[in-house]
Amino acid sequence: MAELAGQIKRMNGGINQLLEQIFGFSRRCLFRVISMGPIPNHLAFIMDGNRRYAKKCGLEEGSGHKAGFSALMLMLQYCYELGIKYVTIYAFSIDNFRRQPEEVQCLMDLMLEKIKSLLEKESIVHQYGIRVYFIGNLALLNDQVRDAAEEVMKATAKNSRVVLLICIAYNSTDEILQAVKKSCINKLDNIEASGSYKHEDSDIEAKDMENQEKKIQLVDIEENMQMSVAPNPDILIRSSGETRLSNFLLWQTGNSQLCSPAALWPEIGLRHLVWAILNFQRSHSYLEKRKKQL
Amino acid sequence: MLSLLSSLLSLLFVFLISFFIITSHFSFPLSLLKLLGFIKFTASRDDDDNYKRDEGTYVVGEEELQRELMPRHVAVIMDGNRRWAKREGLLTSQGHEAGAKRLIEFSELCFKLGIHTVSAFAFSTENWGRHKIEVKCLMSLIQHYLKSKIQYFQREETRVSIIGNLTKIPESLRQTIHEIEEATKSYKKKHLILAIDYSGRLDILRACKSIVHKSEAGLIRKEDVDEAMIERELLTSCTEFSSPDLLIRTSGEQRISNFFLWQLAYTELFFSSVLWPDFDKDKLVEALVSYQRRERRFGCRV
Repeated sequence: MAELAGQIKRMNGGINQLLEQIFGFSRRCLFRVISMGPIPNHLAFIMDGNRRYAKKCGLEEGSGHKAGFSALMLMLQYCYELGIKYVTIYAFSIDNFRRQPEEVQCLMDLMLEKIKSLLEKESIVHQYGIRVYFIGNLALLNDQVRDAAEEVMKATAKNSRVVLLICIAYNSTDEILQAVKKSCINKLDNIEASGSYKHEDSDIEAKDMENQEKKIQLVDIEENMQMSVAPNPDILIRSSGETRLSNFLLWQTGNSQLCSPAALWPEIGLRHLVWAILNFQRSHSYLEKRKKQL
Repeated sequence: MLSLLSSLLSLLFVFLISFFIITSHFSFPLSLLKLLGFIKFTASRDDDDNYKRDEGTYVVGEEELQRELMPRHVAVIMDGNRRWAKREGLLTSQGHEAGAKRLIEFSELCFKLGIHTVSAFAFSTENWGRHKIEVKCLMSLIQHYLKSKIQYFQREETRVSIIGNLTKIPESLRQTIHEIEEATKSYKKKHLILAIDYSGRLDILRACKSIVHKSEAGLIRKEDVDEAMIERELLTSCTEFSSPDLLIRTSGEQRISNFFLWQLAYTELFFSSVLWPDFDKDKLVEALVSYQRRERRFGCRV
């Protein structure tokens, strides 16, 4: 009896493996077809809907986020298989600190656990040679999470195949503010270093002020942005059907394709990714034409 | 053998993808009627009030709107004038003219429904790259409309502001802008903002330059620079409600196209497949109902 059960189990395992191989093979064929058209260089995700998923499935509070993490690993695998070089994810917003303390603590614990797991040999980081960046106001995190994040960034600094940007304790307005502050401080320091510009003739002073102002360019702010390590996202996907940016990559998504599938984040799958990319391919030639016009 | 199998599978997926493109607009079961409907999908008008749209919502009446849940500031990216003109067999300039008419009607409707501020993306910094004749035509259209509507806006007690770089626009347009802003600056209940030669990034850059200038002049300290200060320096600080609650973009494109960037942090986005000159009262009500149904959490649990 036990032998029979064991045999059935082994058969099931075998069938599962076979199915997995077939699906994997089909998926790679599908990706080959899609790759005939332009593939986005950078994809960004707002992983919304974990709590609603937990409620929907009658799970306990933290399980939604755990299911969300599994969905994330799957999406990363698809993205890197497809040849997308940069993937950015919105893991934790500065606004999220205002949630219930228990939930924030639960999220911090989960993030610490998952950040540490990135350093393991079997992790996706080593499988795909991912360079990891943590973008955000890391000073707002507790010491353990921040140290783990810095360790991962250091450990993956030499990887160059693909890039994963994890936005944690992040707000776009905060990122822009820090970049503006840095640019202002740099410019003011330059002005101080080159001496005073005060003259008695007010016309000369006004002209000098204008020249100084002209010295701050768009590129000054851009290079001080934390996200300057990656090009602008081509597609921004927000799950759970909400259509808003929620203070994510406001500066960088000025010309990005926005997608909002209705599926909650743990339910997101290959079909949503494929659909987003097909939409991107549809408008790509028009956008390239417009870029050349500028 | 393997390469033959993979080619067959690839071919299968090509058909499947085409199938997905057609069926993604419809819910199951697929019907011939809906398949025929797909052929005239992109800019169709629907007179029947009770049709079911692809997103599964019904066209609604004004009765469904709640006054207390009205957005205070609605922004609109008026996309689709040229495509509308092409579809109607008209010139591009006539498309833009229809778009301008639509904007006046749209803002009138919004103000009637209790919305305080309406902002419209009339001309982007990137639009300078369009054909010279079209740009010239757009500039004269804007000037004509602004000049001819001064009395209308005064009668309606609507304040009109124009935001943008404004250095490249013709001198005559700049004068008209000054005229209309002066004539309507005292009105407080309704505010129409037109973004002309506007770019979200350049707006933030301008704010940055202004902060440097003030810091250098000793008016502010470097340490006091915060988000509120940047917001005050943006061009949208001319209105009381500088961040839009709702942004509508017509013609089916799902992009911000460098319109407001900072200001859209928590804005609800509504994308309509209808072309701008066709965006009538029903479509506006639909956008507002969609807005009122949304749960705005601002990052926290409500």
